[in-house]
Amino acid sequence: MRLYALAIYLFLYIPIGIIALFSFNAGRHASQFTGFSVQWYGKTLANPFVMEALKTSLTVAFLSATLATVAGTMAALALPSLKGRMRLFFDAALYVAVMVPGIVIGIATLIALVTVFDWVNPLLASLWPGAEPPQLGLGLGSLVLAHGLFAMALVVIIVRARVAGMDRSLIEASADLGATPWGTFRQVTLPQIAPAVLAGFLLSFTFSFDDFIIAFFVAGPNTTLPIYVFSSIRRGVTPEINAIGTMVMAVSLILLIIAQGMLQRRRA
Amino acid sequence: MKHMQRPMNSDSETPIAELRGTSKHYGAVVAAQELDLSIRRGEFLSFLGPSGCGKTTALRMLAGFETPTSGEVLLDGQRVNHLPPHQRPVNMVFQHYALFPHMTVAENIAYGLRQRRPQPDKAGIAEAVERMLETVRLPGFGNRRIWEMSGGQQQRVALARAIVNQPKLLLLDEPMAALDKKLRRDMQIELQSLQRQLGITFVLVTHDQEEALSMSDRICIMQGGRIVQVGTPRELYDRPLNRYVADFVGKSNFFSGIVQDGALVVEGLRVAAAPGAGGTGATASLRPEQIALSRAPVEGMVNLPVRIEARIFLGEHTEYLVRHDRLGGFLILVPRQAEAAEGGFEPGAEAHANWRAEAALILAE
Repeated sequence: MRLYALAIYLFLYIPIGIIALFSFNAGRHASQFTGFSVQWYGKTLANPFVMEALKTSLTVAFLSATLATVAGTMAALALPSLKGRMRLFFDAALYVAVMVPGIVIGIATLIALVTVFDWVNPLLASLWPGAEPPQLGLGLGSLVLAHGLFAMALVVIIVRARVAGMDRSLIEASADLGATPWGTFRQVTLPQIAPAVLAGFLLSFTFSFDDFIIAFFVAGPNTTLPIYVFSSIRRGVTPEINAIGTMVMAVSLILLIIAQGMLQRRRA
Repeated sequence: MKHMQRPMNSDSETPIAELRGTSKHYGAVVAAQELDLSIRRGEFLSFLGPSGCGKTTALRMLAGFETPTSGEVLLDGQRVNHLPPHQRPVNMVFQHYALFPHMTVAENIAYGLRQRRPQPDKAGIAEAVERMLETVRLPGFGNRRIWEMSGGQQQRVALARAIVNQPKLLLLDEPMAALDKKLRRDMQIELQSLQRQLGITFVLVTHDQEEALSMSDRICIMQGGRIVQVGTPRELYDRPLNRYVADFVGKSNFFSGIVQDGALVVEGLRVAAAPGAGGTGATASLRPEQIALSRAPVEGMVNLPVRIEARIFLGEHTEYLVRHDRLGGFLILVPRQAEAAEGGFEPGAEAHANWRAEAALILAE
């Protein structure tokens, strides 16, 4: 049984391991390992295009994770008061949002945004007092929105589990002791669900940071790190790409482990 | 808002809390039906009844967690039907304590004081918390975490967290349910002395009749969403209104029959004196300690030949389960001295059960 598990893990991680290994390759070729070196990391970090893409990725990840966490937590707190069919509908909608393939979400979000822009831009132009009305278009904003929407479903699912496990009488006790509803939220509810909220934030961040497909459709002129990697790959896999991939994976892995730790922390 | 002084109404004549025709319905389910009760200033009152009898609903309407469907809830003479819990000068000890796990013991106790506006100064709060820890005999435990405390200690913290606010009513929702028997006994005594010492009105919800009898000034017995009888433990024990109360408060033997010539006749036997019209059905309630056991029939008493079925030694008393051919099984409680005089009875032995015909209580069905 243990051997079996080991085989599966090897199968999953050997390709990733090879990428990580070759990112430390001294030579330029991806096929033979000629010696240990960190030169590709140095070259990568000195590349202004990479740094620009990294900055975009981090900004989008942070903003979309924040959006998803705030909206998702509010939804998770409100959902238990829904009953019957409405509840069923929202539950189903949540899981669908997580399970729909990224490419569908990407295209759907693109179409939706473009339709909205087509509507809003002429309206904005007609209302604008100046000569040059602002044009809404694809960009950082649409990226944040698309990632935020998708990640929100993740946050709701994670936070809701914690809300369900929370002792209702704590909230009653707080009210009984004179705390206003807002006071209760701030002093009791939020500290109780904080680990799940944080885990939701980290997962949302990781998701946005790693995502290629949705970003590919809605990024407009912006380049995120995964998009940069994709476009460079067309010129062949360089050790530089390996170095970027290894760094992205390392960051994601660390965030995921922290999130996992948050969720498993004693339910105190 | 909370804990505002209302000297106008604070004369001792006004009940501290009142239910006036208060009902609570959940759709078609009636949780509480026209409750009328006035709670006296400084008393220890218990709601007693089996689960689902409406006692918790009554408590939750006093706390503000439930809004009555009809009728009124009054606190200190003021109608508070729609006043939310955080604005009521009432505090509760929850069944599973509901202590905040992310706070220390001291932070838990200080919680209510910190919600006040204007907020009391830090030193004042710290002092009040210290005093409270002394009161519940947990000095020096302020910095402990909740999960480091035993069940009994957690209960004291929950108690301290509530009474530090000096509520007009302290509501206790089955607070002993999670404690083991020995600890429960100690806590009951402690709770009672605490209530005397603080002078706060306590309202307890329990299904444990022993608990209600030993601690309360008055008991409100509930059944099926209604109040059946309110009285002191002694009144309820000596003069239960019906069989339900007699059965719930202490142990009792019941004999149902028909009234004939001033006596209750069961299976052709005259078991109790019963005034009133002949021919009507009635039930006699006889407490186990009102029945004596003897080897020979006793003059001037109701005498029944019985067989001893079981004997349970209870220390000061011995409980006998006896059986009569026609009346069936019933319980007899024999004090130690009486047993010493008459000699013990072995299971299987024949004996005479006897009681004064007037001792039995005739109950309405």
